Amino acid sequence: MSDNDTATTPQVGTDLVKRGMAEMLKGGVIMDVVTPEQAKIAEDAGAVAVMALERVPADIRSQGGVARMSDPDLVSGIIDAVSIPVMAKARIGHFVEAQILQSLGVDYIDESEVLTPADYAHHIDKWQFTVPFVCGATNLGEALRRISEGAAMIRSKGEAGTGDVSNATTHMRTLRTEIARLTSLPKDELYVAAKELQAPLPLVQEVAETGKLPVVTFTAGGIATPADAAMMMQLGAEGVFVGSGIFKSGDPASRAKAIVKATTFYDDPSVLAEVSRGLGEAMVGINVDEVPEPHRLAERGW
Amino acid sequence: MTQVGVLALQGDVREHALMLEQLGCDVTPVRRVAELGAIDALVIPGGESSTQDKLLRAFDLREPLLERLGSGLPVLGSCAGMIMLARDLVDGITGQQTLGAIPMTVRRNAFGRQVDSSEVALVWEPDGSSMHGTFIRAPWVESHDDGVEVLATATGPDGDRHPVAVRFASAIATAFHPEISADIRVHQALLDLI
Repeated sequence: MSDNDTATTPQVGTDLVKRGMAEMLKGGVIMDVVTPEQAKIAEDAGAVAVMALERVPADIRSQGGVARMSDPDLVSGIIDAVSIPVMAKARIGHFVEAQILQSLGVDYIDESEVLTPADYAHHIDKWQFTVPFVCGATNLGEALRRISEGAAMIRSKGEAGTGDVSNATTHMRTLRTEIARLTSLPKDELYVAAKELQAPLPLVQEVAETGKLPVVTFTAGGIATPADAAMMMQLGAEGVFVGSGIFKSGDPASRAKAIVKATTFYDDPSVLAEVSRGLGEAMVGINVDEVPEPHRLAERGW
Repeated sequence: MTQVGVLALQGDVREHALMLEQLGCDVTPVRRVAELGAIDALVIPGGESSTQDKLLRAFDLREPLLERLGSGLPVLGSCAGMIMLARDLVDGITGQQTLGAIPMTVRRNAFGRQVDSSEVALVWEPDGSSMHGTFIRAPWVESHDDGVEVLATATGPDGDRHPVAVRFASAIATAFHPEISADIRVHQALLDLI
């Protein structure tokens, strides 16, 4: 765009408004919801946004079958029920689901491995959209590949629907370690680093220079308790997605409020102890080790 | 050195802090009552206003903050921060409270959803210079009392112009996000109030 255009018409869908939207979510909790009623509970508990989907990951996991974008009626019902931002999931590579979600007015699209991939070679060309995208990543190379395709926000993948936080921990630690390594490399070694990371050189150089991803990084996958959320924040997450962990627990409203508070006071054990009291049953959960490899979601996407 | 607090309950705290440090301030993230005591000015960042309001009340920060604002603590709010500083709110969530530092009514999400978020050329009224505004699910000022100075306006989807930056006594509010630009003028205007 030229300066002249900027002077006359508002510019929508720019990098700044897409990445900026994620900046505004920082320090917050984004909650999976499957009904307008759950969306209201999330909003009342202090969620910064909700993720509208048909089944939470725990149910997708137990019921099996192909998991797809939610029915537009459901997405619209949730958009009408709350005034905080609404996100929704499209299958990896399914650019038409993304077009539909954009036309419904969702505020962010999650190109998500929790749904069954629609394309095993290509992710969505996210630059073609006005709506911003968040994508999952298990390591730095994957995060930078998603950013090069236009993702405006990154999240760890974790192992969604398990209530087992160990994979999210691995992804957050890997990202942190790989970024730290880049910042320690001499400039003339970044070319090989980019090759090894399978990521574009300019992005690799930018991360080496700034010591952080150029977009906001949240954590996701298996977060079930206030302590889980706080641990991810201490490991460098800038905010938290909670999937099945809230509405598969005994007392969703209380647990949601507690996770919101824990995300703000992630570094204060006395607050964390206080908010962790009397929350009732956490989601039962499954150990990631017990999930047969073909059913591990974090391995979808590349 | 000037001590500026940034309300650090939720939102783009880091961006405000970086800009204030660039202007030579010592920045304190504010999450507890004790952290309110030492500051010369406060920034309420962009974020989700309904979340910030809930956390402010849950951690008993609201009353002490009202007290400091009442005694003239210079304050800047951007986007969610503008909502927080309003006296009245249109389209808030049920039970949402504001701080009332500026006698104005603010409409939340007035410019629409994220697909309507945009970068817009503005005129900064104090000196007539141009300013680039980044609006993200932004509010606008629906109405205000006499004495509230309008610093910038923008055209809404309704075709009308609405105030998007205002100043009243020691409070400044913007519907856009100067903190994610390289433009220091709005933050400088806050420091000028100290």
